Amino acid sequence: MQKIMVCVKRVIDYNVRVRVKPDGSGVVTEGVKMSINPFDEIALEEALRLREQGAATEVIAISLGPDDTQQQLRTALAMGADRAILVRHDAQADPATAAAAFMALVSKEGAELVLLGKQAIDDDACQTGQRLAALWDRPQASAASKIEVVGQSLRVTREVDAGLEVNEIDLPGVVTVDLRLNEPRYVKLPDIMKAKKKPLEVTDLAALGVEMDEPVTVLKWEPPPQRTKGIMVKDAAELVSALKQKGLV
Amino acid sequence: MSRILVIAEHAAGKLNPSTAKVVACARAIGGEVEVAVLAADGAAVAAQCATLEGVSRVLQVDHPANEHPLAAVLAPQVAALAAGAGHVLGPSTTFGRDLMPRVAALVKAPQLSEVMAVESPRRFRRPVYAGNAVVTVEVAEGRQVVCTVRTASFEAVGSAAASAPVDQRSVEFSPPAHTRFVSVSAAASDRPDLQTAARVVSGGRALGSAEKFQLIYSLADKLGAAVGASRAAVDAGYAPNELQVGQTGKIISPTLYVAVGISGAIQHVTGMKDSGVIVAINKDAEAPIFEIADYGLVGDLFALLPEIETLLAS
Ligand SMILES: Cc1cc2nc3c(=O)[nH]c(=O)nc-3n(C[C@H](O)[C@H](O)[C@H](O)COP(=O)(O)OP(=O)(O)OC[C@H]3O[C@@H](n4cnc5c(N)ncnc54)[C@H](O)[C@@H]3O)c2cc1C
Repeated sequence: MQKIMVCVKRVIDYNVRVRVKPDGSGVVTEGVKMSINPFDEIALEEALRLREQGAATEVIAISLGPDDTQQQLRTALAMGADRAILVRHDAQADPATAAAAFMALVSKEGAELVLLGKQAIDDDACQTGQRLAALWDRPQASAASKIEVVGQSLRVTREVDAGLEVNEIDLPGVVTVDLRLNEPRYVKLPDIMKAKKKPLEVTDLAALGVEMDEPVTVLKWEPPPQRTKGIMVKDAAELVSALKQKGLV
Repeated sequence: MSRILVIAEHAAGKLNPSTAKVVACARAIGGEVEVAVLAADGAAVAAQCATLEGVSRVLQVDHPANEHPLAAVLAPQVAALAAGAGHVLGPSTTFGRDLMPRVAALVKAPQLSEVMAVESPRRFRRPVYAGNAVVTVEVAEGRQVVCTVRTASFEAVGSAAASAPVDQRSVEFSPPAHTRFVSVSAAASDRPDLQTAARVVSGGRALGSAEKFQLIYSLADKLGAAVGASRAAVDAGYAPNELQVGQTGKIISPTLYVAVGISGAIQHVTGMKDSGVIVAINKDAEAPIFEIADYGLVGDLFALLPEIETLLAS
């Protein structure tokens, strides 16, 4: 493989307790820590390992997002990506737009493998990878927990409801990754310094010739329905008798 | 009346229970509900779909390439069947999550993922941020809508008095050779299925080892319950991945959910907070799981579980 592209999304850090704004216009983002979507970080780690094993020569981190996404791309460069491309887009993008933007970059750069998270922890849409594979008319393997290179193909173990499914896909192709694929490396200070010198190109949808088609409007944001706190029982006997009384056991 | 196309999920000649829930969502949208069965030989599954309440017609598409549910193979066929349909629906299981976005891209439609409520044929509600927020979304008039349906939010439809007709369809397509099925680990188990069980007992990191995780199986067997696990328990190898409950695992709504040695992280809670009654057992009285539990019991699980089993037997 020559090039692996890794899609990296800027999202609210997974440790932040996300809150809906009182006026229902979105979630609170002011002063909130932003990070690389954890699934994408795993995708990037896998790409770096493939390069380190000699299975690929270049890892390119790509993203669609606002200008501030350069921070996450710098982190990706510090982790070890060779270069980065930001498709600048200020609004929250629909997965269809993201897939179209990445398709344009794949065509331009000629990548042989695109790795990305199986979902982003903000919109939880689980769409971008599969959409990209369809636009590209190439194979997809979603929710990967193991990836092996076999010649010009990949043997991918996927986490599915039944357990583990193994598929073989010919390259080029798209693999979306699950959490158990690997544990991403920590970024060291010298790597952050080195990352500052790596190329980070900024482009936009118009320059890539991508037309937006976003027929979905968000009308309202609400906090989820809350469960009310129940009762604390003092011992096992009280628990079992309460459950028996309710006919639950 | 507009057509709603539901994609059936099935394995080994058996319809997955998620399909009856997707049909419930289709009925809430309102329209003529067609269920598509793509299989190598779909006769048995098609017959099961035909008895679901509210189904107008079953489309049976037999093709040797449909032996295993590969998205790259199925999506072009679904896209062909979807011509003229107002909505195309699949379950938000790993099958639907894999397939439906590929279909959406082929038919150039938006997809709404994890639909939890239907407000109108154009307006839906879905969770985002691991369930920390719920958005109401609207799709522009005249656009086809692809959805994955959050099965935990819909009651399965019952069976119909009379079976719907089954049409054999053939779809022009050349199956791509670039994607090949190799194997699936069929975890053969005679325990209830996690996604449909009325009762679930889940264990967390606190169990400490695969051997000690057997305590969870033992209590589950006493209750006729399915077994679940937190991500921490799966990552540590105490339980297999298909038992994970949560944002990245299964999203379930049993009548009774018992969380043992699970702290209650948002990513776990999003997978089980629609359960009827939640029981939490944890040695830390401050554990967030107690905030959502109907019955909370503070104590050491290793002492409490054997005691509970004895009490259940008496
Ligand atoms: C992107 C992302 C996705 C995720 N998806 C999921 C998901 O789908 N599902 C999921 O579960 N998690 C998920 N997680 C992980 C989640 O954040 C938590 O780390 C995980 O749920 C913790 O599992 P746990 O409760 O078993 O472990 P811990 O948080 O370590 O809790 C263990 C609990 O056991 C209690 N305990 C310890 N010993 C005993 C004892 N002897 N008796 C009684 N109680 C005891 C402790 O008090 C503690 O509350 C995800 C995380 C990320 C970042």
